[in-house]
Amino acid sequence: MALYLKYLSEWAIPVIVLTIVAYAYFKQVKVYEVFTEGAVEGVTTVVKIIPYLIAMLMAISIFRASGALDILLNILQPVLQFFGIPKEIVPLGLVRPLSGTGSLGIVTELIQQYGPDSFIGRLASTLQGSTETTFYIVAVYFGAVGIRNTRYAIVAGLIADLVGFLAAIYITRMVF
Amino acid sequence: MINHIWFGLILIGVITGMFTGNMDQVSEAVLKSAEDGAMILIKLIGPMSLWLGIMKLAEESNFTDLISRVIRPITTRLFPEIPPNHPALGAIMLNISANILGLGNSATPLGINAMQKLQTLNPDSQRATNSMCTFLVINTSSVTLIPATIISLRSAAGSSAPMEIIGTTLFATTCSTIAGIIADRILRKIWS
Repeated sequence: MALYLKYLSEWAIPVIVLTIVAYAYFKQVKVYEVFTEGAVEGVTTVVKIIPYLIAMLMAISIFRASGALDILLNILQPVLQFFGIPKEIVPLGLVRPLSGTGSLGIVTELIQQYGPDSFIGRLASTLQGSTETTFYIVAVYFGAVGIRNTRYAIVAGLIADLVGFLAAIYITRMVF
Repeated sequence: MINHIWFGLILIGVITGMFTGNMDQVSEAVLKSAEDGAMILIKLIGPMSLWLGIMKLAEESNFTDLISRVIRPITTRLFPEIPPNHPALGAIMLNISANILGLGNSATPLGINAMQKLQTLNPDSQRATNSMCTFLVINTSSVTLIPATIISLRSAAGSSAPMEIIGTTLFATTCSTIAGIIADRILRKIWS
């Protein structure tokens, strides 16, 4: 099973690329020319994201560097522990929606400290794999098309993150 | 909403910094974040160009139509506002597939491409549509079958079974995606 999944992951990109290029080729599309025509948009698309991503990263980095995040953690940890949430995992849950590199750093530390096959190690791995950096996704996806009014997207994304966090704790307890 | 969150993070951050004596770190973090942002985006240029090229081929050859026809039973329910056979559906499908397979570096460009196509259906170019919000929520909660980064991290740390978290990850992401879609459906009614 694990081996099949590994192959699936390794084969996916080459097979998708070949399928699309071959389909276009046999439909008489000038594949090389059309590819470059599309690819030329890459730089302009990324440039459009710059202001949105910088705005988001700046606010998050101020919040983290000032120690405000740590204070929030110190308040939340005992409360969440009361509800049966392991306190080692709270920092990861809080940083995950804010910063991708930040949360990856926390997971790496937890895995090193407790071991990858410990309860905390497995829980941290499940959490990291199952939630996304919501603020980054909002900045990048909406920024690329110039959406400023994001409406309820952040709230809905954070609700999904919270449910993912609780589901990860529940299932890790059940399975291991 | 985003204005309040943004201002709140900056205000609370700077004021906390004044009291914790971390102003030097805050000062450094402000500029570092801008540099980090630029670095992230420079790295994105390559995959972005590559996938926009491939997606252009998929469009010109009507391959996206083919995909949207196959997935229509699901997408008409998830995205009732997107016309059937619209190229946005093909791009959405490829983005979700990349997320499921843990191909993060490809998922982002494909997702942006899907957003660009959703934007062509948007009457107000600065305001997110319902479909855009649904798509974003599906992405942040992304159903994942193969969490590739974390598997390699576990094996590097000497795990005896680096892939044993696949089942728990699949369960947790399925729960969060369902919760996200429900939240999307409720919030769109009360949010202007």
